[in-house]
This record gives sequence, C-alpha cells and structure tokens, in this order.
Amino acid sequence: MIGGLFIYNHKGEVLISRVYRDDIGRNAVDAFRVNVIHARQQVRSPVTNIARTSFFHVKRSNIWLAAVTKQNVNAAMVFEFLYKMCDVMTAYFGKISEENIKNNFVLIYELLDEILDFGYPQNSETGALKTFITQQGIKGQVISLPVSQTKEEQSQITSQVTGQIGWRREGIKYRRNELFLDVLESVNLLMSPQGQVLSAHVSGRVVMKSYLSGMPECKFGMNDKIVIDKQGKGGTTEDTGKSSGKQSIAIDDCTFHQCVRLSKFDSERSISFIPPDGEYELMRYRTTKDIILPFRVIPLVREVGRTKLEVKVVIKSNFKPSLLAQKIEVRIPTPLNTSGVQVICMKGKAKYKASENAIVWKIKRMAGMKESQISAEIELLPTNDKKKWARPPISMNFEVPFAPSGLKVRYLKVFESKLNYSDHDVIKWVRYIGRSGIYETRC
Amino acid sequence: MPAVSKGDGMRGLAVFISDIRNCKSKEAEVKRINKELANIRSKFKGDKALDGYSKKKYVCKLLFIFLLGHDIDFGHMEAVNLLSSNKYTEKQIGYLFISVLVNSNSDLISLINNGIKNDLASRNPTFMNLALHCIANVGSREMAEAFASQIPSILVAGDTMDSVKQSAALCLLRLNRTSPDLVPMGEWTARVVHLLNDQHLGVVTAATSLITTLAQKSPEDFRTSISLAVARLSRIVTSASIDLQDYTYYFVAAPWLSVKLLRLLQCYPPPEDAALRSRLTECLETILNKAQEPPKSKKVQHSNAKNAVLFEAIALIIHHDSEPTLLVRACNQLGQFLQHRETNLRYLALESMCTLASSEFSHEAVKTHIDTVINALKTERDVSVRQRAVDLLYAMCDRSNSKQIVAEMLSYLENADYSIREEIVLKVAILAEKYAVDYTWYVDTILNLIRIAGDHVSEEVWYRVIQIVINQDDVQGYAAKTVFEALQAPACHENLLKVGGYILGEFGNLIAGDPRSSPLVQFNLLHSKFHLCSVPTRALLLSAYIKFINLFPEVKPTIQDVLRSDSQLRNADVELQQRAIEYLRLSCIASTDILATVLEEMPPFPERESSILAKLKKKKGPGKVPDMDEARWNVNGNTEHSENTEPTNKSSPPSLVADLLPTNRPRPASYSPTILSAGNMAPSHPFTDLLNMNSSPAAGASLLVDVLSDLSSPAPTPTTGPGPGPTDVCEEHFSRFVCKNNGVIFENQLLQIGLKSEYRQNLGRIYVFYGNKTSSQFLSFSSSVTSSDTLKTQLNVHTMPVDPTVEGGAQLQQILNIECLSDFSDTPVLNVQFRYGGTLQNIAVKLPVMLNKFFQPTEMTSEDFFQRWKQLGVPQQEVQTIFKAQHPMDTDVTNAKILGFGVALLSGVDPNPANFVGAGVIHTKNTQVGCLLRLEPNPQAEMYRLTLRTSRESVSQRLCDLLSEQF
Repeated sequence: MIGGLFIYNHKGEVLISRVYRDDIGRNAVDAFRVNVIHARQQVRSPVTNIARTSFFHVKRSNIWLAAVTKQNVNAAMVFEFLYKMCDVMTAYFGKISEENIKNNFVLIYELLDEILDFGYPQNSETGALKTFITQQGIKGQVISLPVSQTKEEQSQITSQVTGQIGWRREGIKYRRNELFLDVLESVNLLMSPQGQVLSAHVSGRVVMKSYLSGMPECKFGMNDKIVIDKQGKGGTTEDTGKSSGKQSIAIDDCTFHQCVRLSKFDSERSISFIPPDGEYELMRYRTTKDIILPFRVIPLVREVGRTKLEVKVVIKSNFKPSLLAQKIEVRIPTPLNTSGVQVICMKGKAKYKASENAIVWKIKRMAGMKESQISAEIELLPTNDKKKWARPPISMNFEVPFAPSGLKVRYLKVFESKLNYSDHDVIKWVRYIGRSGIYETRC
Repeated sequence: MPAVSKGDGMRGLAVFISDIRNCKSKEAEVKRINKELANIRSKFKGDKALDGYSKKKYVCKLLFIFLLGHDIDFGHMEAVNLLSSNKYTEKQIGYLFISVLVNSNSDLISLINNGIKNDLASRNPTFMNLALHCIANVGSREMAEAFASQIPSILVAGDTMDSVKQSAALCLLRLNRTSPDLVPMGEWTARVVHLLNDQHLGVVTAATSLITTLAQKSPEDFRTSISLAVARLSRIVTSASIDLQDYTYYFVAAPWLSVKLLRLLQCYPPPEDAALRSRLTECLETILNKAQEPPKSKKVQHSNAKNAVLFEAIALIIHHDSEPTLLVRACNQLGQFLQHRETNLRYLALESMCTLASSEFSHEAVKTHIDTVINALKTERDVSVRQRAVDLLYAMCDRSNSKQIVAEMLSYLENADYSIREEIVLKVAILAEKYAVDYTWYVDTILNLIRIAGDHVSEEVWYRVIQIVINQDDVQGYAAKTVFEALQAPACHENLLKVGGYILGEFGNLIAGDPRSSPLVQFNLLHSKFHLCSVPTRALLLSAYIKFINLFPEVKPTIQDVLRSDSQLRNADVELQQRAIEYLRLSCIASTDILATVLEEMPPFPERESSILAKLKKKKGPGKVPDMDEARWNVNGNTEHSENTEPTNKSSPPSLVADLLPTNRPRPASYSPTILSAGNMAPSHPFTDLLNMNSSPAAGASLLVDVLSDLSSPAPTPTTGPGPGPTDVCEEHFSRFVCKNNGVIFENQLLQIGLKSEYRQNLGRIYVFYGNKTSSQFLSFSSSVTSSDTLKTQLNVHTMPVDPTVEGGAQLQQILNIECLSDFSDTPVLNVQFRYGGTLQNIAVKLPVMLNKFFQPTEMTSEDFFQRWKQLGVPQQEVQTIFKAQHPMDTDVTNAKILGFGVALLSGVDPNPANFVGAGVIHTKNTQVGCLLRLEPNPQAEMYRLTLRTSRESVSQRLCDLLSEQF
C-alpha cells in the first residue's frame, strides 16, 4: 500500500509531503529528489527503486507527484490513483502548477486525508468528494461562492458515500435535462518509409457531461462488433435492418467508470448505468484493427555529399472531403550538425527551430482528400564524429472531427421512472474528436 | 568578472551563461543549448572570415556547453586555429579548449602538436608557458612522444625565463609520471641538478619535485643533488637574512621548498662526506630548535607551515637513523606534540613515533612516553588518533614493558571501538606470544582476551594458543587448570569453549587427580555448554569426548550414553551425526590398545609462518605498515640480541621468542589424502580434521574406512589417491562419450576435466578443459597422452603444451590433435600431474577416442542398403549380439544415440518400422571401411538384437562392443 505521497516543484523542493506509514522515513523525500529529479541522466522509468523503497511518479508540467512505498504494491493501482489525484486537484483548483498548489495546500492535505486512508485509496470521485470537502479551490480568479448546503443535504452525505451509489446523490433537479457525449480518440502510428504500417492503435475515451434530474438509468450503445453480433443472433433488437448495414468495430479492451453495471455488460454486453452528475469519463477503450489513418506522410530524404541534405515531405489527407482537419503540425527532425536550413512550402508556415533540432511545419486547416508538400535544404557542418545520424522519425499532430477507430454511438437512452420525463425530453449532444497521439513515419 | 578590456568581456558569453542559469527546467536548458549550438554551427559554417574575437567567444560557449555535460562534436578546428592567434586571450581559450576536450583525436593531434611546437619555439614566455601547461594537462602518450625530447632542452637552456623553466620542470615531471619510458635520460640530467642552485626559488621548487621523482627511479644519476640540496636547505633554514623573494609564508621561510628538499634527501642514505653531513645535521638541529621558539604569529597557517617542515625533518632523521642525538631530540619534540591541543598534530606525532620506535637509538626515548600514550588511548576523543596510539603501543612494546602494555591494551579493549577491536585482539595476541616470559602469563592473557572480546578473536588466535600449549610440555598442566577454571563461569564465549574442549581433551588427565576436577566433573562441565554452541564447536566437543574415553576409561559409559542419544546419532547435521556414530562404534569395538593408539596425544605442530601476523598484515592492507612491521622484526631481532647477550639467549627457559617468533605456524593443515596414503590409522586423525572443520564429510569418513568397514560410508574415489606412482585409470564417464562429443569426463574434489571434440573424416581435435575447483594454485601442472604400442601405430595423438600453473578457480585449455591411421580398438590415456598443497596428484583418464568417432554418415535407399547388406554376407564380416536393455526403450533416445554414434539413420528401409537401420563409412588414413548396422528392439522381452556388417572383421567387433553398451 502507498506509504506516502510527495509533490515537488521543478527544482525538487517539496511542496506537499504526506506520509501514511511509519516505514517511510524522512530521507525518502531526499532520496527521490537526488536520484530522480536531480539525476545526471534523465530518469525515464516512472517507477524507481531506491534502497528497497519504490517511488512511482508522474509529472504534470513542472510538478512531480511521487507515491512512495516499501511494499510490493500493484503498480497499476498506484498510477491509477495518481492520475485520479491529478483529476481531483484539477477539478478543485484548475491547472496543476506550483502556484496553485502553494495556494491550495490546506485543501490538498484535506483531500489527501480523504482519498487515502493508511495508504489504501478511498473514494476519489470528484462529485462525491465535492459534497463533503466543500472548500473552494483558489484558482487565481474569483469564482462563484460555495454552494451553501442545507442541513438535510449534509445529513445525506454519509448515507450517500457509504451507500451503493456513491457517485450520485439523490434529489438532483434540472429544468432542462441535457446530456453531452464526447468521443475523444488519439491515434498512434508508426509507419515505415515505404508506407507500411508497423504499428497502429487508437486509444479512445467516451466522456460524458450529464445534467439529468433524479436517479436516471442510462443505456449506451455503440457499434461494437460483439454487441452487434450478439444482437444480430438474438434477433430481438427493434432496428435490425438499420444496424446490419452499418460497420462494426472490434474493441480490443475497454474499462468502464465505476457506475457501469459490469454484470450486465458481461451477460448482455449492454452498457447501462446511473450516471454521476456533471462531467466524467464513461469508458476507455483501445482498438488496433481497421483504423482510419487520417494522414499519410511520404518522406524523401537525400544526402548530397557530407554537407548537404535534401528533404521533401508530402502529406495526404485521407478522409471525406467535406471534413476539415485542424491544427496540423509536421515535425521534421534535423541532424545535430545542421548549420542552416532553407524551407519552401505550398501551404501553411514552416520554420526551422534550432532549439528543438527540427523543422516545424504548421497548417491551420486542411480538407479531406488533399495533398500538400514541403521541401527543405539542410546544410551540415562537417564534424569529426564518425557517428551517423540516426534519422529519427517524422512526427505529426492534428485534430479531425471523426473517430479514427470508426466507433459510432448508436443510442443513448435515459429512463427515469419516478420523475415524469422520458427519453425524448432529454437533449443529447454527440461530438467526435480524433487527435494524433504518437503519429510517426520513419524516413 | 571584471571587464579586462573592451575586447575581453565577451558579452555574448555572459548573456548565454546567465540565460542557462535562469532556465526553469532541464528541458528549457536543453532547448537553449540546442539553439546556441545551431547558432554556432551556422556561424562556423557561414562566412569564413570569422574574426578572432568571435571565434574565441564561440569556442568559449562550446566549452561551457561541454562542461555542462553535453557532447560537442565540432569546433575543434576553430579551437586549433585559435592556437595560432597572436593575442594572449585567444590563444589561452584555444589551449583551454584543447586541454579539456581533445582526447588523442587522430587527425587533429598533429595540428595541435604543430601549434604547440610553434609556441615552444616562439621565445615568448607567456606563449611557451601556455604550451607547456597544455602538454602537462593533456599528458597523453602522443604528446609525450612529440615533446619529451624538446622540453629538457628548454629546461636547461641558459636563456630561458624563470617562469618558463618552472613550467618546463613541472611539465617534464608530469610526462615522466604518465609515460616514463618516453622521457630520455641524457646529458641534461646533470644540468637539471644544477637548477637547485637557481636564483629563482620557484624554479628550485619545481626542479626539486622533478629531481625527487627522477632520483627515485635512478638514484645514482642524481647523487650529486645531495650536496646541492643540503646547501640550499641550509641557506634557507640557517641564514635568516637572505632574500627569499616572495617565498616567505607566514614568517616561515620557503616551507614548500624545505619540505621538498627534505623529501629529496630521503631518497638517499646519510651523506658520506663529513662536512656535508655536519651541515645537514646543523640544518636539522636548527629546524628542531625553531620548533621550540615561541610562534611568531598566532595564525594557524604559521604553525602549519612550521610543523610541516618539522615533520618532514623528523621523517628524514628517522630515515637516516644514524644520529642518536637527533633521534632523541625528535622524539622529545614529538612527545610535546602528544599533548598538543591540535588533534592533527597528536595524530601525526603518534604516527611518526611509530616509526621512531623501530630505531634502536630512539626506542628507549620513545618508551619514556608510554604513560602519555596510554593516557591518549584512554582519553582521546578521535578514534583515528586512538588507533594510532594502539599502533604506537604495539611498536614500542618490548620485553621490559610488555606486561604493562598488554594489560593496558586489554583494559582498553573492553570499551574500544568495534572497528578496531579485531586489530587490537590480534596485536595483543602477538605481543603476548612474542614477549611472553612465562607461559602461564601467556595463557592467562589469551584467555582473558577471549573473555573480553570473544567475538573479535579470530580462529587464528585460538589455533595459536592450542599450538603453543601442545608444543610446550611445561604449560599443559597449567593451561588445563586455567581453562577448567575459566569454564566455570556461567556464560563463557564459544571460542573459550573451543580452547577448553581441545585442551581438556588432550590434557584433562593432568588435572584429573584433584577431586574438584575429576574426569566426570570435567565432562559434565563441557557437556553443560554443549547445547548452546554452533555445529563446528559441537563437533570439536565430540572429538574431545572420544579423547576422554581414552584418557578416563571410567567415564566411558557416560560418554557412550551421550553419543548414543538421539540428539547425536540422529542429528540433522551430517558431520555431527557421523562423528557420533563413528566415535560410538570406535569406543565399542576397538580395544584399549587401539584406542590409545588412535587417540594418542597430538604430536607437536611443525613450525610455520605465523598466521596471526599474516592476518594482521592483511588487515592493514598492502602499504607502509607491513614494511614497517618487517623492519621492526629485524630491528627487534637485533635489539634482542644486543641486550640479551647475558641471560636469556641460550639457557633460560622463557626464550619463547626464539622458538616462536621466527616461524609461527598456522593451524596444522593436513589433507585426508596424505593420511590415506600413510596407510595406517594415523593417531592424529580426529584432530587433524578437527582443526580443519570445513573439509568435506566424505573425506572425514574415509579416515575410518579401514577400521570400521561395516560403516556405510562412501568410498573415496580412487583418483584422489595419493602421491606419485601408478594410479587407476578412470573410465567412469567413458561410455557416455561413445554417442556424444562434449561433456565432463572426470571430476573429483580438486579437478574437473571437460572435453569438447570435433571430428572430420580421419582427423579429430579435442579441446580439454582443466578446471581447478579449489581456491589455491596447482603447481607444475602437466598432462600427456599415452597409448599402447599397437595403438601408436594406429592412432596419432599430438598434444599442445600447457601452462605449468593453474590458478584457483581458473580453467586451462589444452588442444589434442588426433589422426586415425587405421582401425583400432584400444583407447589412449590422458595423464594429468600436478602439485596441490605440497602433494603430487596423479590422474589418469581414458580418452574417449573410439573408432566410431571417424564415421561419416551415408544416406542410401532401401535397395542399395540390402544390396550392400548381401554383399557383406561373409560370416566373418557380420557380428551379431543379443542383449538386455539397460535403459528404458525409447525410440527417440535410441534414434539420438544411433545418430550420435556417427552413422546415418535410414528410415523406411527395414520392413519393420520399429527396427533401426544405419549406414556409414569409417575414415582412416589408410582405408575406408563401410559399415551397415541394424538394431531390432523387442519391447516385450526388453531385449535388443544388434547386427553389424562391415568389410573388416575387427571393425565389426569393435563397433558392436561399443554400441551394445549404450542401450
């Protein structure tokens, strides 16, 4: 179990130190600073073992969060907790930065007391936490005052937190019942210079924002292969004709928010749940098959003698012409002995960034089924090092308004038996965003 | 940084550095550096006309980036260009960059060397200095090669500036240290010596360092430096009025030079010339006198400088060891320091006194400070100083004060630091032994030692007590009594119990007359502690019990009861169990005569080097201390002789030193093989391995094999057998090698022999690996291959020579080349001989070189096979044998074995698929013999029928013999 939790700033100064167990001594704080933050070589492993003590760390901008333990804990659990901790902090006081942490340290200690007990993670659901840790975070700007709770509401806290549905309290009322659903995907790719896909996968999240009254029961459907097959076999679905024409996708693995009834998912493959109030992540999933790659990068690198390099990169967009990709950025690494660069590009802006050893080419918008190219001449300085340039891959960033995995939301139904509103009365919004993860092409 | 002039400020550099310092994170720093590197690259690449200033600036930046820990792979050329600049600052940065970054970079080193050469020849002192500093800083072999001949000439040239001479001397010193073989000795050496007379003190200081190093290498060449050094020293020390330029440091005249001169003089014995000698003595006296003067300054630097000279002077006095007055004065001076406030001074004083104590002149003088030293031991706060005090006490100990010193050390031991306890224990043990006037005192002391610091008493110490007690008849009774009394204490240390068990087992009869220590009392006393001890001690006690049976027949039933108890006979520990069983049987079966012979008193131990002393030396590490100790032994030997002419030497009994000091033996290490070879039951047997507890149980068991043949103890392998002479040929693993080529052919406790062989047609090569399994060396290792006379005509074996020594744990490889001339049935024998622990070991192993190794597999169809089979139909050509399976009948295993045998396995040839059919050709130099074989298994009866047809009768028979043993 987690023995302690430390938060450091970029210099390695301790901002928050909370020790839960006696086996973690005071020197553990320094051990991490010396061996990880101030290490000579950059420490890339998120888990570091120093003197029989394990340190699990995540970094948020310039802030280091480190969980410490002397025991053999489940590392995935610790990281899940650290991420949750980041989410909770963000929900309370916005961006995790040194200033915000310093301003909110009382709140952070209170949160730490609540979400970890003797090193065992407790309820870390923001919605639930906000019902009993009512301190408002200091976000820099003034924000709305804390909602004053009635005595009645306060008395409900215990029953809610200890009850079966810890993530939603009773008696929520909205004038307009609304539901926002975002499918956020990041597509990762590694491609050979010849255009062969070496590895590709999409990791996606379904994020929901619900403003629903009462205790509604929701049912979520998507074009998952298993679900559709199952339904097709059973033949009981109301709209068989409609679904049979649509494509289905194969999801490799997925995880759900705790509100989803897993037993029902296991038996019927249906995702049904009582949603928390506000924003939350309903599910996470990963697919590796039949991925729509939004862009194709075709690199052409030619070495002209020892002192010159010619690079030509063509990008092709590969989606419906009616859609627009945004925030496109192509990063072409340059050799370490680059002494000068000339760039010509048809579209967008390109610039040699010496500090990053790369040519960065930015295009604001690009429609589907288009093509654009950049060519650059790189002058090199002869070095006495015989090492050859390793040719790192060309990477790309973008944002497209569809899900590269092909996932489609088929339905999202809301049932609330006690209150008199039906599925039709709920206003639902669905949005798809596909972003690039690590999208690289070797050259 | 003060801006020197407008051109030297390098604002760009300052801005860059402050940018880096202001970076919030490592990433930001890397970004800034990448940007700067790109900028520098474009600058270096771009317009060729980069002026000196900006070149210097960029090189500086590169240097800074490099020092931050990033790799720099360009800019070397620009730095080298800077070398040829005429501006000092630019040249300086160029040299700086090169000293830091250039590492024997092949293509640039010639350019750099060229630049350096130009500067050395430039006659501009600053440039020459820069070049010399660069050479000294880099100090690589290439540079040494290029300049080693040039620098001496600069050093001794008449017109060279003083500062350059200084640098040249130090540069030469550095080259001499890194690559001494490249610095030529020549006519310049004589002139270097004369630099000691130089006007400039800096030159003299640098030259002295150089001369000291050179003089250590070839003292004869620099003998003339003695007189010059003495003259220089006396000028500095005695005449206060001369101009020392700026070399007076806090009122001390040229302390560094003085120290170096004194060091130089320590390379040589005292000067022969009387005048010179008196002049040196005068100098040393003056230095000693100055120490007495009141300090001229309260500053710590003043006293430090003064004391540095003083200590070096004392070191020289000790080194010369010829002037008694000086030695005594030095000793007195150090005595004053012993009570000084400064911890460092006390430490140094104690350290110097240690060396002083070894001089015959000052030994007595040192002894007068014994009380101070003892006091230091008790009151000193710093552990390192206390340690020195212990060293000094050890060094100053002789017969007159040994009792006092040993007593003090013992009393200090009770609250000494754990880190130095073991060393003190060893020292006490050595002193007690060395200066023991009577053995009773010695025994008392050591028992006391064990009582006080039992945990720190190493094995060697108590082995030693036992050796001495056994070798000295007159102390045995007293030892038995004392030990018996010591054992009365309710809680005594295990080491004491070991000593007690051993001594009572040997000499318990000497005190058995007293009813208070009757045999039964003795036994009960020992046995009362039995259950609290570790296994080795218990084993020792068991041996003591069997000795008791011999000494006191009346306690035999009691002891037999103890041995018979389940806790002994069924002990979980093999060693204890075995001892109990064997001793019990021995006591039951053997007659009293045999018992008396077997369990006779231990013979005196042979004299060997003291293991305690060896251990102490090892603890101190290889350094000055062992030398000092050795020096002491000699010196002390002298003193003993000189002062002991009257009483001790010949007649008086307590000349323990005479018989113990020169030799000092470790435990009697004897190996079971030697005992076996003796053939009879050596009387010492239980006790030899008693002190050799870690010898394997099997070896222990083999001792009793002759007498107690009904015991089911593993027989020793014949090859562990003793001494030279005919030995059995080991063929234990031989048959395994019929079907395979690699593996271990022989193994015993000492040696493992592994083989790796490959064969092609009629040629073969065997790699033999000899692995030394022990931790000590095998000496005069040799191995040869012998063949019978008939075999010699059939098989050529050529052996490569091997190293005569095999280190402990190491492996040795030998290659054997084999050529098969014609078919053969004998096997060659590999003879290995080596010396281990003094005994010659002889091992003979059958080499697995068989006829079938020269098989080449032949594939053929069913038709061919049967055609040939019929061709070989003559009765002599066929050999058939029917035999019972020794191993489970597994088709895959059989397949593998037949393939390993060397023939091709033919499938689908025999109508019965369960049968195995193979074909191959044996290649010899003279002929080739075709061979067909057929193996028919009968799983029900677990039998095989093997049929072989070859063109030669002898081949068929031999192959059949070989193969039939495999299934």
